[in-house]
Amino acid sequence: MTGASGPRTGLPAMRRFDPKRLWALVRKESLQAIRDPSTLLIAFALPVVLLLLFSYAVSLDVRAVRIGVVQESGSASAQSLAAAFAGTRYLDVTFAHDRREVAERVVSGSLRGFVVIPQDFEQRLAARGAQPLVQIIADGSQPNTANYVANYAQGVVQNWRGGLDGEIPRAAVTMEPRYWFNAELESRRALVPGAIAIVMTIIGTMLTALVVAREWERGTMEAVLSTPASVAEILIGKLLPYFALGMLATLGATTLAVFVFGVPLRGSLAALLLLSATFMVPALGQGLLISSVTRNQFLAAQIALFSGFLPAFMLSGFLYEIDAMPAPIRAITWLIPARYFVASLKTVFLAGDIWAILLPNLLAMAVIGLLLFLLAKRATRKNLE
Amino acid sequence: MARHNGYLSITRLRAQFIKEVLSILRDPRSRMIVFVPPLLQLLVFAFAATLEVRNIDIAVHNQDAGRWSHELVTRLDRADFITQVHRVTDSQELRRLIDQGKVIAALDIQPDFSRAIAAGDTGRVQLLVDGRRSNSGQITASYLSAIAAEVGAEANAGTGPATPVAVRNWFNPNLTYRWFIVPGLSGILAFFSALLITSLSIARERELGTFDQLLVSPTSTPEIIISKSLPALVIGTMLGLLMMAAAAGPFQIPFNGSFGLLLVSLILFILSVVGIGLMISAISATQQQAILGAFAIGVPSVLMSGFATPVENMPMLLQWLAQAIPLTHFLIIVEGSFLKAMTPGDILASLWPLALIALVSLTMATIFVRGRLQ
Repeated sequence: MTGASGPRTGLPAMRRFDPKRLWALVRKESLQAIRDPSTLLIAFALPVVLLLLFSYAVSLDVRAVRIGVVQESGSASAQSLAAAFAGTRYLDVTFAHDRREVAERVVSGSLRGFVVIPQDFEQRLAARGAQPLVQIIADGSQPNTANYVANYAQGVVQNWRGGLDGEIPRAAVTMEPRYWFNAELESRRALVPGAIAIVMTIIGTMLTALVVAREWERGTMEAVLSTPASVAEILIGKLLPYFALGMLATLGATTLAVFVFGVPLRGSLAALLLLSATFMVPALGQGLLISSVTRNQFLAAQIALFSGFLPAFMLSGFLYEIDAMPAPIRAITWLIPARYFVASLKTVFLAGDIWAILLPNLLAMAVIGLLLFLLAKRATRKNLE
Repeated sequence: MARHNGYLSITRLRAQFIKEVLSILRDPRSRMIVFVPPLLQLLVFAFAATLEVRNIDIAVHNQDAGRWSHELVTRLDRADFITQVHRVTDSQELRRLIDQGKVIAALDIQPDFSRAIAAGDTGRVQLLVDGRRSNSGQITASYLSAIAAEVGAEANAGTGPATPVAVRNWFNPNLTYRWFIVPGLSGILAFFSALLITSLSIARERELGTFDQLLVSPTSTPEIIISKSLPALVIGTMLGLLMMAAAAGPFQIPFNGSFGLLLVSLILFILSVVGIGLMISAISATQQQAILGAFAIGVPSVLMSGFATPVENMPMLLQWLAQAIPLTHFLIIVEGSFLKAMTPGDILASLWPLALIALVSLTMATIFVRGRLQ
C-alpha cells in the first residue's frame, strides 16, 4: 500500500504483508471487541429486539380501528346498519346519539373517526343512490389510518346495502388482486430485511467509526501505525472482527426470522450471505471514512447517526416506498448502500434468487464501498502528514 | 463517604455549566454537527417519508380487443400516480416484469372482458401485485380498483349508484402525509440529539479519567446532574424549537394549538430524555458503551412511539410498554398542537406522564451517579 509511494520519515521502509502479523492483529482486535459487553448488546441483543418489534409492534396492518357510530336516526334500517358496523372485526365501534360526543373524542385521539347515520336516513335510502347514505369523518392527522377508516366504513355500508335487496346491479368491472410472494400480506415479512439492514448498518458503520475514532482520539492510531505492521494489515485487522460480527448477526437474525417468526427464505442461504458480505464493504468503508475525518468519538457518533443509521431507516425503502419520493430525494437514495441491500433482501427472502435484481444491487454496493474505502485511505494519509 | 459538603452552590453550578457547554460547543465542527445535520435531515425526510403511492410503473396484458378494455387502459395512461404503463403480449412477460421488480402490479385482462360487460355480466381483470412491497401493493390495488369502478360506472351509465358514503377528513383534508411526518420528525431528531449528548457526558469523563477529579472536588451529586443536564436540555430544546419553526414556516403546516403548552411539553420531554441519557452514561465505562447503549434504547423507542406505525396496532402488552417511552406522549402532543387544536385538557393528559417519566428517570440518574461517586 505504501510501498509504491516510497519510504517516508517516521515509517519503517519494510512493509510486507505478513499473514502471521495480520492474524495477531485480528486476534487482538477480536478480543477487544468481544470483551466489551456493549458490542455483544448491539450484535446479538438488538437484532432480537428489532425482530420482535417488527413482528409484533411495527405493523401497518390496521386491526380494530376505534371509531364512533352516531345514530341520529332510530329507524329499523338505521339500526340494522349500526348492527352491521358492530359486527365487523376490523372496527371497534362506540355508539352515540349526538355527534358532539364523538367529535371531542376524535380531537383527543381516543377515536380515529366516526360515521353519521343521518336523521333522514330512510328518505336517502329510498332515493336509491341520489344522495350519500351516511357521512364518514376520519382523523386526517394520521393519514394512513384515515384511509383505512374511510375504506372499511365504506365497505361495511356497501355490503349492508348489497345484502338489502338483490336489485342493485353487480359491478360491471372487478379487479381480482393476487399478491405474489406474500399472499397473506403480512407486513412483518416485508420488514425483516429492514431489521437486518439496520443492525448491519449499526455494526458496520457506527461501531467501526467509534472504534477507529477512539484510536485517533487517544493518539494510539499513530502508535500502531509506527509499528512494522502496514496500513492495510492494521485496517484489515480492525475491520475483520466487525465484518465477522455483522455476518454472525445476520445469520442469527435470519435463523430467528425463519424458525421463530415464520418468514420464508425462498432464495438460497449462499445468496443471502453474499449480499450481506457485500453490504459490509460500504458499511465498513463509511465507518472508516467517518472516523478518519472526525478523529473524535462524539463527532463520529453524530455523523454515523445522520449519514448511516437514519438514512438506512428512512431512505432504504423498507418502510417508505422510494418510488413515491420526489425526484431529488430519489436521487439521494442512489447513494445509500442500504437501499440496494433492502431491495435484494426482500427478493431473497420472499421471491428467491432472482439474479437480474441481485447482480445490479451487488455491483452498486461494491462500487460505493470501493469509493468509500478510497476516500478513507486518502483521509488516513492526510491525517499522517 | 458523602463528598457533598454544601449542597447547591450557584457559583460552582455556573462554572460547571460553562465547562459542560464548552466541552460540547468549543470545537467549531461540533457546533455545526449539533445543529446542521438535524435540519438537513428534517428537509430530506419530510419529503421521503410517505406512505402514499406515486411514480409507479404497471404492466398490462390486454387479451381483449373490445371497447371497455381500451377505455380501462386509457384511464390507466391518464392516472397521475402511474409513470408508465408497459404493454406486453404474453403472461410470461407479465410475470417476469413483476419478478424483477420493474412493475409493482400487472393487469391481465381476459379475452371476454368487453363481451361480458356488454352482456350485462361482470368483466374480470386479474391483478397481480408484488407482495414484497406489501403496503404500497395494497394501496396500488385500491387505486386500480377505483379506476375499474369508474369504467364500470360508465358501462352501466344511469344504473350505477353513486358511492354510498361522503368522506371528510378532519384536520388534514387532503391527507398530506407531510403534515403528519414533520411535527413527529422534529420530536425524533431532538430526541436522538439530546440522548447522544447526555449519554456521552459522564462516559467521556470516565474514559478520559477526569471523572475521578470530580470525586475529589467539592461538587455534590445534584450539581453534577444539573450541570450535565443543562447543556443537552438547552441544545435539545433549541433544536426542537428550530424544527417546529421550520414546520410552521417553510413547510406551512397549520399550527392550531397553544405554543406555551407545547414549549412546556418540549422542555419536559427533553428533560425525560436527558434523564434516560444520564442513566445510560452512568452505567457506561466508555464512550462506545454509552453510544451503543443510547442506540439500544433509542431505536426501539422510535419504533414503538407511534411514529412509524400507530401504537394502537400493537398488542396490549407493548401498548403499555409504549406508555413508558417519552416520545410516545410527546408525539401525541406535537401532532395535537399542530393539526388538531387539542384542548389544554387533552394535552395535560399526555403531559403528566411526561412529567412522571422525567421525575423517575432523573431520580434514577441521580442514584446511579451517586453510586459511581462512592
